[in-house]
Formats: sequence, structure tokens, C-alpha cells
Amino acid sequence: MQGMMIARAGELLENGTVTRVLGWQTGEFVYDITPAVFESAEELEKGFVYNSFCGNNLSKYLIQASRKEGKILVFLKPCDTYSFNQLIKEHRIVRENVYIIGIPCDGKTDGEFLKAKGVKGILGIREEGDNFVVDTLYGEKTIAREDALPERCRNCKSKKHMVYDELMGEEGEVLDSHRFDMVEKLEAMTPDERFAFWRSQLSRCIRCNACRNVCPACSCEKCVFDNPQSGIAQKAAADSFEENMFHIIRAFHVAGRCTDCGECSRVCPQNIPLHLLNRKFIKDIDTFYGEYQAGEDTESRAPLTNYTQEDVEPSIVYTRGGNN
Amino acid sequence: MPNEVKAFKPKIVAFCCNWCSYAGADLAGTNRLNYPADVKIIRVPCSCRVNPMFILRAFQRGADGVILCGCHPGDCHYTTGNYYARRRMTLLFSMLDYLGIEKERTRVEWVSAAEGAKFAATMNDFVETVTRLGENKRLEDLRCKE
Ligand code: SF4
Ligand code: SF4
Ligand code: FES
Repeated sequence: MQGMMIARAGELLENGTVTRVLGWQTGEFVYDITPAVFESAEELEKGFVYNSFCGNNLSKYLIQASRKEGKILVFLKPCDTYSFNQLIKEHRIVRENVYIIGIPCDGKTDGEFLKAKGVKGILGIREEGDNFVVDTLYGEKTIAREDALPERCRNCKSKKHMVYDELMGEEGEVLDSHRFDMVEKLEAMTPDERFAFWRSQLSRCIRCNACRNVCPACSCEKCVFDNPQSGIAQKAAADSFEENMFHIIRAFHVAGRCTDCGECSRVCPQNIPLHLLNRKFIKDIDTFYGEYQAGEDTESRAPLTNYTQEDVEPSIVYTRGGNN
Repeated sequence: MPNEVKAFKPKIVAFCCNWCSYAGADLAGTNRLNYPADVKIIRVPCSCRVNPMFILRAFQRGADGVILCGCHPGDCHYTTGNYYARRRMTLLFSMLDYLGIEKERTRVEWVSAAEGAKFAATMNDFVETVTRLGENKRLEDLRCKE
């Protein structure tokens, strides 16, 4: 795949369709992938990588990149195209300045994730059928795809691209995922259990802001968390209230706009399951206001900028059954 | 409660829309209807002026319960503000509940300018509910407590 991508990107640079290419390059370690812009075939040849570590969603980088002169080529996995659409809907990306090549994806693993599973000294990775073969200092390690995929890929919502100019490989289908199972489990707990669960998660937050910074839905130029008047700008949470506040507000700000791309959970250095907050909003929106998938299209009104006269009253929260 | 030195009196913050509930509160007063003095009213231009941060801040600064009162759906002075507020608060309250924070500490009521009696009854009922729940512990900020 990587070879094909480099070749095609080279062609498009050469014939002047695009002036730059947004892709991935290796960071300090092979599994440490970082987004990068390439301007020539030589640069592509030298630095461009595409492998099973390339989980980074490139859509957000287009906010800046698409405002520069000239067209930029971007490679988007199916889940990334949802984010792209959402950003188009919010007028954050200049569509004319972007050329999208949709690429297939069978799930991306993650260096930290593999390390936690005991794989050390990672030197490279390749896919072989249903397995990842990881090249390490201690020899090759084969690990089943199932066991090497993070939550977001095990519960992938779609292998289908929502938008592209050109497609590489086969187009997939929207999937029937089990992404709300854990939310349901939490809902079935008692409030005390839920409180304890979330304390144990949110109290680990170091307020690095990575979840906010990576999020394609979080694209305000001025963020409430950077406002010195807010009392919580640029600092670690002082107590449980500030932790709760940060996480409630972060998740609420993307409610109805979060595409469930899973980037926030991926980058969190504390492994806080942020997707469980986002998915709660998604699930509630689906239940209360009808099924809605952010980024599926660029036209429809987001649930929180919309209403119907018959909407449920907030008291539904007290009257619906069970523990939730 | 014989042993208790001081009975717990909850602090309640009520965000009231200027065009309806705020006037409703006034009417309750003019009609000499009783509701607890611990209800602190904050006047807002429309129910949709209230964003989730307002609610959280109220809890941070010591509220034990927060209620939002606006015009009845269909009667918003700005036509649609309360419809948006309704969605926002529904989702926010559900999230608070999901985090294990007592859902009864938050409420939305539609109270018109003519409904002084409803205003008083609503507040009495809400204060009673929150009194039963006791002090807000799960969304408190110790630095803000005396
Ligand atoms: S909140 Fe997380 S899952 Fe949702 S769009 Fe942002 S990064 Fe993606
Ligand atoms: S990425 Fe994780 S640790 Fe960093 S601010 Fe977000 S939740 Fe907290
Ligand atoms: S003006 Fe009262 S709710 Fe909008």
C-alpha cells in the first residue's frame, strides 16, 4: 500500500494537481507516527510511511493546510472521512483546496498498546492475513489482529468512505458495531457505582489537553479552557470538581458533532476512556432525537442546533426506567 | 432530628428567564405566596442563555440544587430559545446522571409570568427534594466552601 500511495502522490505532484501531500512519517520510534507534509517526490520517498501504526486522523490538519495557497493531497481512512465532512459542515476546511484519496483500513494498532501487551523493542510491523507480525529486537512476534486492535477499531463503525475524490482499493460497508455496549453497562450500574467508576478514571487526568487538541470536532480558535478568566486555563485540575468540569464541558462541546473517531481515547496518555463520555451523548441523541451520525453528510443540522416542538422534556432523565 | 444542631437548608440557584419565570417569581411575591428564601434567583434574558458551564459553576460555588425556569415551549420571547435549552439541559442532566451525580439536583420547569402559584409550588417542591438529598458532595469544590 505504502508504495502505491507514494507513487500516486508523486504523480499528482508532478502533474500539478496538488502542491503538497499530507501524510504520515515516523517519529522517534517506528510506532511513533506523526502527521507530516511532503512537497516533492524525493521527500515522499524519504519520509512517507503508511503502516499499521498510522492511526492519526489527518482531517484536523486541513483546517490550517487548506487555507494556504495551492491544493493539498490527503489520505483519509474511512473513519477520518466523517471528521472531514463534519469540518466541511462547520466551514472549517476549504474544500476546493483539498484532494482526497480514500484508503482502506483494517484497523490500526498502537505502539503503547502493544507494549502494554508485553511486546518490547519494536522495530517494524506488517500485516499477514489476520495477524500483525511485529519485528522486534527479540525476534518476530505474531499477534492476532483481534488482540492487537484498540477499542475503537474493534468497534469500527464503518469501512465506507463518506467523501473522496479518488479511492484506492475496495470500498467497504457501514458496519453494525457494538460501540454502545459499555455505555449500556455503565447505565445499568447504580449511581454510586458509576460515580466510583468515573472518579477512578477522571482523577487520573493530568490536563495535558491532548484529547482536546487532537479532536477534529474541537476546532474553536478560542477555547474556553484557555480563557484565563475560567479559572481552569492551562493547568492541572486542582480538585475533583475541576476534573469533572473539564470532562463534562469537553464532551458537551462536541456533543452532536463528535464523529466517534476515537482519537481522544487514542492519544490520552492516562488511558482514560473518553469515548465512553462521547458515546453517552451520541446514544442519548439517537434515543431522544432520532439516529444521527455526525459527519455522514455535510448538510443536515446538528442535533444541538435543531429542535422539534415534540422533543422530550428534561424530566425524562428522572422518569425513564432502570438505574439511568 | 433531635441530635442535629442545625437543620440542613439547601442552597438553590434558580436561573429565571426575564420574560416569564422572573415575572412569575415577582407575582408569587406580590401574592404573598411562600417559598424558601434559600432560593437565589439569577435573571437571564432567555432560558437558552444558560449553558452547561453556568450549571456547573453554580454547583462549584456552593449550590446544592440548580433549577432553570423559562417560558413554556412555544412561548419563548425569542421564539425558539427554550427549544434549544430543552435539548441542552436534557443531555447535560443525563450526563450528570451517567457520572453518578444525583439527577434530582437539577431541574427544568416552564413557568409563565402569570403562574405565580406554580413558581412557588415548584420551588417548594424542588427545595424539598434537594433537602432530602442533602449537601452536594459530588460536584462540590472544597475551596469554595466556607
Ligand atoms: S471527541 Fe474524540 S471521538 Fe469525538 S470527534 Fe473528537 S477526537 Fe474524535
Ligand atoms: S488526554 Fe487524557 S490526560 Fe490529557 S487532558 Fe485529555 S483526558 Fe486528561
Ligand atoms: S424568552 Fe423566556 S425562555 Fe426564551
